[in-house]
Amino acid sequence: MTHQSPTLSEAQKRELHDTALRIVSPGKGILAADESVGSMAKRLAQVGVENTEENRRQYRQILFSADDRINSCIGGVIFFHETLYQHSDNGVPFVKMIRDRGILVGIKVDKGVVPLAGTCGETTTQGLDGLSERCAQYKKDGAVFAKWRCVLKISDTNPSKLAITENANVLARYSSICQQHGIVPVIEPEILPDGDHDLKRCQYITEKVLAAVYKAMSDHHVYLEGTLLKPNMVTGGHSCSTKYSPEEVAMATVTALRRTVPPAVTGVAFLSGGQSEEEASVHLNAINSCPLAKPWILTFSFGRALQASALRAWRGHKENEKAATEQFIKRAEVNSLACQGKYDNYGDASQRNYGSCHAY
Amino acid sequence: MTHQYPSLSTEQKKELSDIAQRIVAPGKGILAADESTGTMGKRLQKINVENNEENRRTFRDILFSSDPSISNSVGGVIFFHETLYQKSDSGKLFPQVVKDKGIVVGIKVDKGTAGLNGTDGETTTQGLDGLSERCAQYKKDGCDFAKWRSVLKISDGCPSALAIAENANVLARYASICQQNGLVPIVEPEILPDGDHDLQRCQYVTEKVLAAVYKALSDHHVYLEGTLLKPNMVTAGHSCTKKFTPQQVAMATVTALRRTVPASVPGICFLSGGQSEEEASVHLNAINQVPLHRPWKLTFSYGRALQASALAAWQGKAANKKASQDAFCNRAKINGLAAKGEYKPTGSADQSSMQSLYTASYVY
Repeated sequence: MTHQSPTLSEAQKRELHDTALRIVSPGKGILAADESVGSMAKRLAQVGVENTEENRRQYRQILFSADDRINSCIGGVIFFHETLYQHSDNGVPFVKMIRDRGILVGIKVDKGVVPLAGTCGETTTQGLDGLSERCAQYKKDGAVFAKWRCVLKISDTNPSKLAITENANVLARYSSICQQHGIVPVIEPEILPDGDHDLKRCQYITEKVLAAVYKAMSDHHVYLEGTLLKPNMVTGGHSCSTKYSPEEVAMATVTALRRTVPPAVTGVAFLSGGQSEEEASVHLNAINSCPLAKPWILTFSFGRALQASALRAWRGHKENEKAATEQFIKRAEVNSLACQGKYDNYGDASQRNYGSCHAY
Repeated sequence: MTHQYPSLSTEQKKELSDIAQRIVAPGKGILAADESTGTMGKRLQKINVENNEENRRTFRDILFSSDPSISNSVGGVIFFHETLYQKSDSGKLFPQVVKDKGIVVGIKVDKGTAGLNGTDGETTTQGLDGLSERCAQYKKDGCDFAKWRSVLKISDGCPSALAIAENANVLARYASICQQNGLVPIVEPEILPDGDHDLQRCQYVTEKVLAAVYKALSDHHVYLEGTLLKPNMVTAGHSCTKKFTPQQVAMATVTALRRTVPASVPGICFLSGGQSEEEASVHLNAINQVPLHRPWKLTFSYGRALQASALAAWQGKAANKKASQDAFCNRAKINGLAAKGEYKPTGSADQSSMQSLYTASYVY
């Protein structure tokens, strides 16, 4: 605690900071296309497509062959390991397709959740073994940022102190290792929306979780300017009987972040959780229009909320590919507007009431 | 950790937030006039004035009865307990004199440092016993904010993990108790400038200390929008052989704060430590010109750096009252400008040319 043993050189810090800024440049966000093989199984099953490597390749090709319209909407794409080494029908590596349009390549590096014994169904996330060597290789293979997802849930007894500190710690270890290799860590402490808790409860827990995350980052000497945060928005639980307006979600979310995320963090890119495409965009827009001062960029890192329509339009049929890509481009453009607070195509603007900040 | 038991109502939060905003309104800072009896002794000794209650009253009277225009630069005054119950020459209680000028009244509530066994001369701060009742009384007696000073030092083995954690915890307990009683807590984790460490070391230690402070405030459910921070600026130690420019001090300071202080904290009011009046103003000004996004007000909470000239001008003589007040008002005005980044010491370059001094190659 007394002496600093320097972790990163000036040049390394500059590289990390510049990368983070580029990913979240104004109007841009992240396409989370890093669904594991298991997650892809669920997605493909919904549209009656078999979960094979080829189908997964074809599906990602639909997204990556979007035209130049996405260049101003997407700052980075998160890959799954398998996808990083796949090619288009024409033999062009996916990594090259993405990089050639000025979009940065990211890689999911965690190895999934494992249970925490003695808790009520809580988990931590594994993947630290050999992570340094893996990061070095991913950097050679074109990745400049990484993602690691931790999961917490709200219930009468959760999240427990152990779950909060263990997940915060593992996120900090992961971040520290990534930065040593010039890779910007996207830090994802997802608090699941499952449950009947209200907005206030989610806000409270989000504040506690994020405070722990940033204390751990400090303890592990992580360079905050070279990181991005991927949190949940603050919402009521899925089974909560009260419905909240986008403005309420926005105020609760921004308040929670203002109380916990240091201004030095370059950007916050929200996960969409179980939200529909439109819901996620409307919330993101409200967040960016909220009257509280926000010292970081607030954008998206969406998976389902960018891909759901594209997947449905495709249904595994080659003849639907163009239509599917169009659906993806459409959502990318909407979210590009939303992350600038310019997506006003819903409801009556004069009805938007953000209310008093002291109620949060 | 799982359920929230609301500590403050919406109305209480609004009151605290409003008080904090008034103290750090644009161009305003704090006069720290809360020197304990012992500390006042040291100040008065320098001008050969006896340290008795009347002399202490007289000097505070000089400051508080200054021209009402000081409220353009002074948003709050921190009192010592004795002073809160003293009166001006005109017979008015000091809190009322200050409030009549539209300035918020604050009170030092800690009871000084106490040794931490097993450390290398490190301390914690005491004063929690009966603090709630004392705060309730101070609120009745006209106070709307409080101050508590914790002290850390830099050396080969310091600050230790214990010193950091213990002081952060005690600051959070104090803050929590204040808010329950409608007082905005000023949180002061001072890292002393004693030593030969360089700027980088001070920045590193400041970041660690502040990270611990804000984690403790979160753990204790403190409402950040209703608090203020009173930190040291990031500077090299007094005996450091290398000298650093105001721009370097400013960049290191703002970088450390951006990495640790949540945006919901409305204001950061620097202590002046051992700095001279001019040094403290020049540094504050540079801090307010740093080309990094600063989501909190950055202003002053100065004791010596606002009073040194006034004290020297007074010399304990009634005839010097006006000269003393003029000196004080002058420093208040300068620091008010510095809090907006608008202070132009005569002979200094203009702002645009100062900007180039910030685009250093050094990445903090």
